[in-house]
Amino acid sequence: MGANRRLKLRLYVAGGAPNSVRAIANLAAICKEHLQSRFTLEIVDVLQFPLRALADGILVTPSLAKLSPAPAAKIVGNLSNRSNVLQALGITP
Amino acid sequence: MFDIERRQAGLSGLMRGMVAIRTLPKIATGIAGFDDLSRGGLPRGRTTLIKGGPGSGKTVFALQCLVNAARKRRERGLFVAFEESSRQILANAATFDWGLPALMKGKLFFLDARLSPEVVHSGEFDLSGMLAMLKAKKDELGATWIVFDGIDVLLTLLRDPAAEMREIYRIRDWLAANELSAIITAKTEGGLSDAVNYDFMQFMVDCVVRLARRLEHGISLHRLQITKYRGSDFRAGEFPVSFGDSGMEVAPPEPAEIRHHASTERVSAGFERLDKMLGGGLFRGSSTLVTGLPGTSKTTLAGKFAQAACRRGERTLFVSFDEGAEPILRNLASVGVQLKPYLKSGLLRMYSARTESTGAEDHLAKLKSLIRDCRPRCMVIDPLSAIAKAGGLDAARAVASRLIYMVKDEGITVFITAINAGDDPSTEATDLQVSTIADTWIHLSYLIRSGERNRALTIIKSRGTGHSNQVRELILGATGPVLADVYSAGGEVLMGTLRWEKEDEERGKTLQRHADFDRKRRELQASEADTRARIKGMQNELERQRSELAKYSSDNEARVVSSSERKKELRRIRSADPAKRGNGG
Repeated sequence: MGANRRLKLRLYVAGGAPNSVRAIANLAAICKEHLQSRFTLEIVDVLQFPLRALADGILVTPSLAKLSPAPAAKIVGNLSNRSNVLQALGITP
Repeated sequence: MFDIERRQAGLSGLMRGMVAIRTLPKIATGIAGFDDLSRGGLPRGRTTLIKGGPGSGKTVFALQCLVNAARKRRERGLFVAFEESSRQILANAATFDWGLPALMKGKLFFLDARLSPEVVHSGEFDLSGMLAMLKAKKDELGATWIVFDGIDVLLTLLRDPAAEMREIYRIRDWLAANELSAIITAKTEGGLSDAVNYDFMQFMVDCVVRLARRLEHGISLHRLQITKYRGSDFRAGEFPVSFGDSGMEVAPPEPAEIRHHASTERVSAGFERLDKMLGGGLFRGSSTLVTGLPGTSKTTLAGKFAQAACRRGERTLFVSFDEGAEPILRNLASVGVQLKPYLKSGLLRMYSARTESTGAEDHLAKLKSLIRDCRPRCMVIDPLSAIAKAGGLDAARAVASRLIYMVKDEGITVFITAINAGDDPSTEATDLQVSTIADTWIHLSYLIRSGERNRALTIIKSRGTGHSNQVRELILGATGPVLADVYSAGGEVLMGTLRWEKEDEERGKTLQRHADFDRKRRELQASEADTRARIKGMQNELERQRSELAKYSSDNEARVVSSSERKKELRRIRSADPAKRGNGG
């Protein structure tokens, strides 16, 4: 993807659940290393906004949604498998 | 003896049930039969595991509980589908009369919880987010029920036994905290996950129901068994399951207590001669079995029974297996049994089914709903033996007896035909062994004599009736079946031509007897007249003798009188005084 396009991401977490905490840390590391500032990230706490998450089609936590640019993608898990995440987000390391 | 034992068993079962009710509140599932087996339904506020192989009815069971709770008690529920899409589930449920689309407006919430195959997996995930969402939905809806359908699919996605166990405990804690009555379904046989077989999965729930589907003779048979019910009594054992219009039904074994009303009202078995043989007809609400080889006119007798019922103005249900209503009506019309007018007027209802198409259980469920709809007073099942083809013989036997009990419970007078394997009277019992349950058993057979095949009718038994023990010949004419007397000559039953000959001979003999009698009567009359004449003569003689005697007596008296007068005269002449002669001496 072009470096001129901003990556729009949304991460759904379940409060302080271990997998959710780990997902935030893993995503932060990926963004810092590969995206610098070319991204916007929204973190939604499903425990606080459950009906919103439901409407967004979220099932399990943590879940990462790539909203733009197309194609949209969804990744479930604590994002510990970095190459999977990069591939899904369309980032060439 | 047996009765007493059974009653005691029932009583202690009841008492155990009462104790259980006090400690464990239950919710009736509304699944026919299941609430009896489970002594009241599923545990309220607790979790039930439904396990079974693919297509064993797990989803139907869970959904039906939810639907019944919503329809009967206005309870709301959540349905979380891990395996099938909600659209698939709704399409499957559309075959039942549940009115599911209407319930989905505010009563039931479906969560399509399948993870799309396009979703990328990266590391561990958990259900804490999903449970938070379900909690919010539960609060919004005011739900008291939840179903996790196909939890094995979800667990498989976790790809780690330790994670599977952790999430199962998470669900358990969540259910307990939310006081929901829950049903978790899990595929066990052929499933991908071992987790559901773990002891802890069964340990964490209060009730475990096992569903099974087996193929027997190409027909799938469904079974249900309660394998665990914490704090409650339940009926152990496997029970047949069927799927009818209103969903799943579990067939309880034959009712322990038989409470059929014994009617003394007689209804016609079809025609007068047969009624006479039966001592006045069949009892209202009784069951009649007609056995015989193919072609012995079982259907004709059944048709006559149905016709007689319709003539009385009674609603009648004619169930035929493996033969359509049209050919049956045509064949019956050819022997003078007209049913079409009753079919048109709606008094008669005909239902035809192909036995191989479904299992015996499903036939039973269908007949049940037909009876509910049609409310017949009389019913024909022709032939019942056909359901032996629908799956295994054991299943068919159980279905046959349950069917008869069910029909009798409804007070319906039922006429059942069955093809028996051989024509030997000792093998008259059918494969289905219904002859012991039936109140009346009529057997039709062929008797071959002098190159003729004739139909014979025998009443083997008829409870509470002084029935004829004689064999009758059944003759099919254009005006319907007729029973003719059968002649026994030298221990042989005579039928057909032989019977005609015998009848001719008998007729000749009768004429001769009449002639002989006439002659004898005339002889007697003559002799009587003769005697009368003799009596007259003798009476005349008697009269003559009497008058002679009378005359003789009066002559004698006159003579006696005159002689005493003469003595007096003599004494007077001799001046004697006879009165003083003795004293003065």
